[in-house]
Amino acid sequence: MALETAYIQEKLSQKFGNHVLNFEMQRDVFSFEATSETVHEVIQFLKENQDLNFHFLTDLCGVHFPDNDENHQFEVVYHLHNWVENVRIRVRTFLANENPEVDSITDLFLCSNWMERETYDFYGINFKGHPQLKRILNMDEMVSFPMRKEFPMEDSGRTDKDDRFFGRTVANTNK
Amino acid sequence: MSELLLPPEHRYAKIVEQKRNEDGSELSVLNLGPTHPATHGIFQNILLMDGEKILDAEPTIGYIHRAFEKIAENRPFYQVNVLTDRMNYCSSPINNMAWWMTVEKLLEIEVPKRAQYLRVIVMELARITDHLICNSILGVDTGAYTGFLYVFQFREKVYEIYEEICGARLTTNMGRIGGFERDWSEEAFKKLDVFLTDFPVAWKEFENLFERNRIFIDRTVNVGPITAESAMQYGLTGPNLRAAGIDYDVRKAQPYSSYEDFEFDVPVGKSGDTYDRFCVRNAEVWESLSIIKQALAKLPEGPIHADVPDYYLPPKEDVYHNMESLIYHFKIVMGEVPVPVAEIYHPVEGGNGELGFYLVTDGSRTPYRLHFRRPCFIYYQAYTEMIKGGMLSDAIVILSSLNVIAGELDA
Repeated sequence: MALETAYIQEKLSQKFGNHVLNFEMQRDVFSFEATSETVHEVIQFLKENQDLNFHFLTDLCGVHFPDNDENHQFEVVYHLHNWVENVRIRVRTFLANENPEVDSITDLFLCSNWMERETYDFYGINFKGHPQLKRILNMDEMVSFPMRKEFPMEDSGRTDKDDRFFGRTVANTNK
Repeated sequence: MSELLLPPEHRYAKIVEQKRNEDGSELSVLNLGPTHPATHGIFQNILLMDGEKILDAEPTIGYIHRAFEKIAENRPFYQVNVLTDRMNYCSSPINNMAWWMTVEKLLEIEVPKRAQYLRVIVMELARITDHLICNSILGVDTGAYTGFLYVFQFREKVYEIYEEICGARLTTNMGRIGGFERDWSEEAFKKLDVFLTDFPVAWKEFENLFERNRIFIDRTVNVGPITAESAMQYGLTGPNLRAAGIDYDVRKAQPYSSYEDFEFDVPVGKSGDTYDRFCVRNAEVWESLSIIKQALAKLPEGPIHADVPDYYLPPKEDVYHNMESLIYHFKIVMGEVPVPVAEIYHPVEGGNGELGFYLVTDGSRTPYRLHFRRPCFIYYQAYTEMIKGGMLSDAIVILSSLNVIAGELDA
């Protein structure tokens, strides 16, 4: 029996009630939202439930939505995959602007370790319970989180190069 | 000596001190990399060693991080392609095609069969070069230079084919939204034919040189094994996962670009050690060759790109003489093309695992968020586990056999 999306939705709604919401097909991937307090449990349930069996964490990443309201500023997106039934699922959770944090899933998937570090590195999202939450691709001394939308592409205060040679003027740098 | 090399707050310092007090043993700390000639790419590992045995390792990555995800958020869709081929530069056409397929999925463009088959051919060529480099470098690291030099000329031949197709060799920037930028030349097919005749002979000899070689077997069998369970836990995909005995292949699980039209096997190993990884890659090269032959035999005639004037550049002559073409040309080059609001995840079977693009759009000219699921970034985490308890020379061999590409690791 193939794993039907309606069945997944029913199972999750039964177990988590209104902590799971916005079920929809986003093109070919079934996707839903879980509240940040329950997302760890939801993923554990998806992984350990015999019928659902989403045993492989494909991807984990963050997204920044500065235009959303206070409680939906950051999003953590998990892609899980059931290889037996060949079904993918996308779990999203939204975090607040002030001190964004969510439970780490390193106890469920070892591979989430670096992915969470990467998300922390770029978005400053704090993964509670992560064994070694520190920067991974950027240098440790860095103070900002560069993938946040407000972070500029290039330091406009740079003095070590002459912008005129690169076609830049004062008028078009501060974008 | 270790006190001099190690800051006192480092966790190894405590272990070294503790061990010395316990039984008087002298553990040492070795800094392998970041620019060590035996690690192909920029990988730093701080090793805690007891004699020549590795007790613990601490990898540091990010030395060639270039912020591709940030750059991609500021570029029109067609300009993101050049970022993708700088990730896994051993098989850049796969990355290019994966990106175009992601955009086509977003725009719901149906690509003509001929273009799909041509994409399959070039992706399989890329897979061959990727595996060829990985396996022959593994030979070099075990002390066999001949095999490397012998098959490396065939990478050159493949690059000449790329050159015929798109004009570039390493960072190919091949294809466009909806298909290819131009049809393949006669010369490209000729070179492909020559390659398909000559290469299998050399690859057979290469296999013979290694697969039953006493020294090679001694160096690789039972070196860096990984069980199927921990391979899944660590997120291994691609040949490394298949060597552990799991037959997951994106080309079979979720066929893209008409892979369902071709017959091929998914070779698997058993123990997940270095030797199995080597053998799985060898076997995959044969499968790739078979796919290319099937695709060439079945290659349909027809257009090489979808009819999508909004996204596909019009011929240059028309741009100069035709108003619509000029407008389209201008809009495409400026990146002002209509794009729906959507979230897309598109996986392909890359040279070293599942390469995925997670794309979020908000209807503007650039991706709102683009995340690369880079296979080796995820599975390089297992490296520490794999080398623990092994010798230093094993660590080098395991790193080669995992096919970790620095450009992809750091993006």
